Amino acid sequence: MITRRTFLVTGVAGAAALTGAWWLRHRLLERPGAPSTEPWSGFDPEAKTIVAAIVPVMLDGALPNPPSDRAAAVDETVDGVGLAIAGLAPAAQDELAQLFALLAFAPARIALAQVTAPWRDASPATINAFLDSWRDSRWQLQRSAYDALNDLILAAWYGNERSWPAIGYPGPPRLTG
Amino acid sequence: MNAPANALPDPFRDGIAGGWNVIDASTLTVDTTYEADVAIVGTGAGGGTAAEILSAAGLRVILLEEGPLRTSRDFKMREAVAYPDLYQESAARRTADKAIGILQGRCVGGGTTVNWTSSFRTPPATLRYWQEAFGLTGFSVDALSPYFARMEERLSIAPWEVAPNANNAALARGAAKLGIEAAVIRRNVKGCWNIGYCGLGCPTNAKQSMLVTTIAGALGRGATLVSRVRAKAFAFEGDRVARLECVAMDARGVYPTSRRITIRARAYVAAGGAIGSPALLLRSRTPDPHGLVGKRTFLHPTVVSVARMPERVDAFAGAPQVIYSDHFLDQAPPGGPIGYKLEAPPVHPVLGAITLPNHGPVHAEWMRELPRLQVVIALLRDGFNAESPGGSVALRDDGQPVLDYPLTPYLFEGMRRAFVSMAQIQFAAGATRVMPIQANGAAFTNVADAQRAIAGFALSPRITPVVSAHVMGGCPLGEDPRRAVVDVTGRHHQLGNLYVLDGSLFPTSIGANPQLSIYGIVAKLADGLAASLANPRRV
Repeated sequence: MITRRTFLVTGVAGAAALTGAWWLRHRLLERPGAPSTEPWSGFDPEAKTIVAAIVPVMLDGALPNPPSDRAAAVDETVDGVGLAIAGLAPAAQDELAQLFALLAFAPARIALAQVTAPWRDASPATINAFLDSWRDSRWQLQRSAYDALNDLILAAWYGNERSWPAIGYPGPPRLTG
Repeated sequence: MNAPANALPDPFRDGIAGGWNVIDASTLTVDTTYEADVAIVGTGAGGGTAAEILSAAGLRVILLEEGPLRTSRDFKMREAVAYPDLYQESAARRTADKAIGILQGRCVGGGTTVNWTSSFRTPPATLRYWQEAFGLTGFSVDALSPYFARMEERLSIAPWEVAPNANNAALARGAAKLGIEAAVIRRNVKGCWNIGYCGLGCPTNAKQSMLVTTIAGALGRGATLVSRVRAKAFAFEGDRVARLECVAMDARGVYPTSRRITIRARAYVAAGGAIGSPALLLRSRTPDPHGLVGKRTFLHPTVVSVARMPERVDAFAGAPQVIYSDHFLDQAPPGGPIGYKLEAPPVHPVLGAITLPNHGPVHAEWMRELPRLQVVIALLRDGFNAESPGGSVALRDDGQPVLDYPLTPYLFEGMRRAFVSMAQIQFAAGATRVMPIQANGAAFTNVADAQRAIAGFALSPRITPVVSAHVMGGCPLGEDPRRAVVDVTGRHHQLGNLYVLDGSLFPTSIGANPQLSIYGIVAKLADGLAASLANPRRV
């Protein structure tokens, strides 16, 4: 049973782990603290793997059923997220780079996201539990990370006309002058 | 499905072909200096209005815009294209704690290119409050009336005579059943096709935005427009601005290029909106002896209620926001508990998806209901009470602005009342389920359940999604330099040739969609600026 005390202790330990992982990652990557002035290289393979693992869970119930359509939908959504990030303000790009660096760091992934397997092997149930816990987290940082992933993925999918038939949206009208 | 071809006329492109001075700074290969009588930073409601009035007075005007120049042929009615291209921070701008999402335009025409065309004169209660609480004179209903009339004529502002779409009709129907007064909104449109894509840029040029009216007018009189340029800072000589230092932005508007642009003018106008203008003053370290710049920034914090109707609503089609109710503003006059205005926004797939809470099957189920969703929003009138001091603009390490806007118990109390009002109206209009938008995604099938649950909601930042499409204040106008950044002519209290002409002038929020307030008040101040520049001894 989780008592209030263990909850608090876990919370504090979690925050310490978060800070520690963040710091380590910064040191390892020598990423400057201030928003970079150079174009972000965008999606590194690690970040892409994380998003590709989260997309089918975030969009469970929304993706098309035939496996090939489904795979294409996931790929396009992942690419859409990358494209969207590249267009964000540098400060926001930097925050997301930090988030992905954190989630790619195995100790942080295990301690903070409770995802024990590497992202590409993690089960949908595990990833869903991670999303639920960050959505409902006491930590503002985790709630905003959930919101950022949620907004990016939902916008990438529902901005894609492949998603429209299932939601009864006919698309914009044709204009003839 | 390919993007619909838009072969409709594009008068702006015709103007460029005819020789207008239009420069895309992302393509510049050398550092450049421009000279003008007046340099205007920002091309939205304030900058556009000022540009036309000043160029009509025979002054050489240069307009600077950080966003891109896009015209009707570029407007494809696609959220995936429009949000990253036409909005600040790809429409993902948020307050410092990320609790409030801010929709703000960043393109030639600014917010007017992407707004939903709702046009209201500044409410008399707001103008009275400015007079009583801030001692502001010269901005009474009577004093402003000719300026509003002039801009209404210029922008074809008139009541929407076409039947409202089903989303707006539901607001009218529910309100009527409850004896709540609702009315038709006036819109700045000419020959509107009633298709409902105002927020993604009007593809038919029906919306009378700054892009197709005043900016086109100024360019026709010889003004210069530079897009993809970021105003970095003013440089001073004594108590005057000597020049404006700018950088060119890359083609996507994310990073500056290495090209520098210098502007020299007799007078400078900050019109970058209520986040951009205070940020420019802060970066420039303009004199601010009383610490007022960027303080008292208001948002009309807005909460959302989603209803499922038994019939199709198709809230993505037809003119958005054509019915409103001020009942809950009139019930809560300025000074007391916060009042709110009710409107019915457009619901396109991306906007709907990021508004609906949660993820996975629960989210997908609501999305499948998209054609039956009816949405009401409540815009809170902030800034009229000591417990509603608004937010403050600060600069990040990279010089870009961030707005800190604490959500206070005073605001949450109003949001709680607003959730109840919206649910009552939606059930009265026939809703089968109502979801007041909260992180928990709870939905209700009757008024009593909804009311009971809303009373117990743990309203708090990031649990209660809050949005804003109206940023106001931060460079308030007034006679007293201890309380205002600019004087009643719009001129900076400490600098002789710097003016602020945009929504950052307002001492409080407006309590209505602000575009016409900006047009009217800026028209009055720009007339004065034109007159003073005509006399070389004055400026």
